[in-house]
Amino acid sequence: MRVDGPATGGNVAINISVFAVFVLITLYVVYRASTRNTTAADYYAAGSSFTGPQNGIALSGDFLSAASFLGISGGIAVHGYDGFLYSVGWVVAWLMGLMLIAERLRNTGRFTLGDVLSFRMRQRPVRAAAANATLVISLFYMVAQMAGAGALMALLLNVQGRVGQGIVIAVVGVVMVLYVLVGGMKGTTWVQIIKAVLLLLCVSFMTIFLLGKFGFSLSAIMETGSRNTPLGESVLDPGALYGGSELSKLDFVSLALSLVLGVTSLPHVLMRFYTVPNAREARRSVVWATMLMATFYLCTLVIGFGALALVGSETIAAAPGGENSAAPLLAFEVGGAVLLGIVAAVAFATILAVVAGLTLTASASFAHDVYANVIKRGTADPRSEVRVARLTAIAVGLLSIVGGIAASGQNVAFLVALALALAASANLPTIIFSLFWKRFNTSGTLWSIYGGLSSCLVLIIFSPAMSGAPSSIFPEVDFHWFPLGNPGIVSIPLSFVCGWLGTLFSRTKADPVKQAEMEVRSMTGIGSGLT
Amino acid sequence: MTKAVPRPLDSRQTPNRGRGFATFDEPSKPLLVDDEGNPDFVAIQQSEEFTALRRRALLFIFPMTALFLAWYLTYVIASAYAHDFMSTRVLGVVNVGILLGLLQFVTTVALTLSYARYAKRRLDPQVSAVRELAGIVEE
Repeated sequence: MRVDGPATGGNVAINISVFAVFVLITLYVVYRASTRNTTAADYYAAGSSFTGPQNGIALSGDFLSAASFLGISGGIAVHGYDGFLYSVGWVVAWLMGLMLIAERLRNTGRFTLGDVLSFRMRQRPVRAAAANATLVISLFYMVAQMAGAGALMALLLNVQGRVGQGIVIAVVGVVMVLYVLVGGMKGTTWVQIIKAVLLLLCVSFMTIFLLGKFGFSLSAIMETGSRNTPLGESVLDPGALYGGSELSKLDFVSLALSLVLGVTSLPHVLMRFYTVPNAREARRSVVWATMLMATFYLCTLVIGFGALALVGSETIAAAPGGENSAAPLLAFEVGGAVLLGIVAAVAFATILAVVAGLTLTASASFAHDVYANVIKRGTADPRSEVRVARLTAIAVGLLSIVGGIAASGQNVAFLVALALALAASANLPTIIFSLFWKRFNTSGTLWSIYGGLSSCLVLIIFSPAMSGAPSSIFPEVDFHWFPLGNPGIVSIPLSFVCGWLGTLFSRTKADPVKQAEMEVRSMTGIGSGLT
Repeated sequence: MTKAVPRPLDSRQTPNRGRGFATFDEPSKPLLVDDEGNPDFVAIQQSEEFTALRRRALLFIFPMTALFLAWYLTYVIASAYAHDFMSTRVLGVVNVGILLGLLQFVTTVALTLSYARYAKRRLDPQVSAVRELAGIVEE
């Protein structure tokens, strides 16, 4: 590939073979890991058999999606400082998970978020609501990842045109459904671990190389970078992306709020805490994940400015895949075709693994909450529950293939930020109230889930992200009336208020006995059977 | 799922030897379980051991959460509204904004480690003390 060329050219063979090797190895691992995969506990939670460090690596793998690896390094390369702001939010966010959520969730639930939210409430409506929220958030997140796969392939495999990208997206979908069907949570977790280790090695290598090249001076990298962009030195200052008007500044604060509150409310992240045997291991896994994420995002800062310094922002913007191509282009500059092939395969594997995790979460939520507890009222036989989960995984896979093809070409990091806003609005207030507020009751739960979810959805539909701006999904029509691209600053507080009002206006009081059970269990594990 | 199993009658008579700070030199306490051996959650919730655990946990968690959220939002709002200050060059072309952002990483790691340490030294032993009330003996 020549950097100024339109595509990767002669490296397609290397890219495809590195990628095929990865898929074969992981499929083998998934197959080996799946020998005992018949019970619901095995399928949903890997029999809670992972250690804290293993789960911590898998957690960071879940979150190091294509959006964060390609999107953030690209964001830094094109927008400088404003791209860096994303990574700060995504690191700080883990403190929420560590102190407020991880241990209590592990002690209280078994397989899904619905287990926790419905613990002391009326089972059926709350489980249905929790499952609705999980499905909506997971689908949003999944479509974003699938759309990213198409864009990525344009660059890496020189697949041009909508038909070609559609085929790529379909292949991703089929492989990921295979992972989930064969491997369940155990297989999916091992894929995440392998992928996270490869990705971290990749970015560490590139970072050390860049630092070495510039005499271990971040300032030198940034200065060279700032000579390679039309923004000049202002690329190093805040405001390149969000500095325009008062509204865009407010939009930025809203985005930052969604980032910090959304990460540990994502259903597939929450579900990871069930793969460890007890609360102490859940805590250790967040500690590990935090350390890995901090390292990773420090590396992306260097990689982003490094791409600017060695490749230049105009080349990046002109490459197929736009911003997202910064890291692959830099890999080619640094390590030639082989490193590009590895980075490409890792980035693609990232999408595959994250989508597999999301599919598993969505199918668990449907089978465990909706099928077993709402439709069968808790009398479903566990084997049929797992069968329903597998069927749901296939259906979800198909839906996300269709959604991914429809949304291909959209801005990936932006779609992910919307999914985070949804998670922070629908899940976070409900989890916090449920764990820490004695009087919180069934109607409060329903109000805050549906209030957060629907207000967030409505604001997204009528935001400039959907219509009325050149960058929106429907640029030719204009039906927007909400001025911000990210609704978090409105919908998250609104969901807290809904939960509070719903609780106050309800005639049925919270059940003090169940509340005592939940509080004691969430803090000590008594009654959960965990050691 | 296993139910908490009550210890045999004779061992209920032995005092809890100092696993939680509230049990020093006190006469032995009956297990807080019902007739079938299931934990009596309301009694446990009102026990001294549990209220002490809750106080210790929340006294760390709530102030620290407020602190890190306030510090993060200060950084975000400064980035959005105080461009000139954040653009001040400090080391070469590295400006205040980048340094504060890196400082966010440092404080996050520091707070993570200090919570892990606090939980290990101050919360986990108290969790064991509460679990003993329900007859769960740690290995």
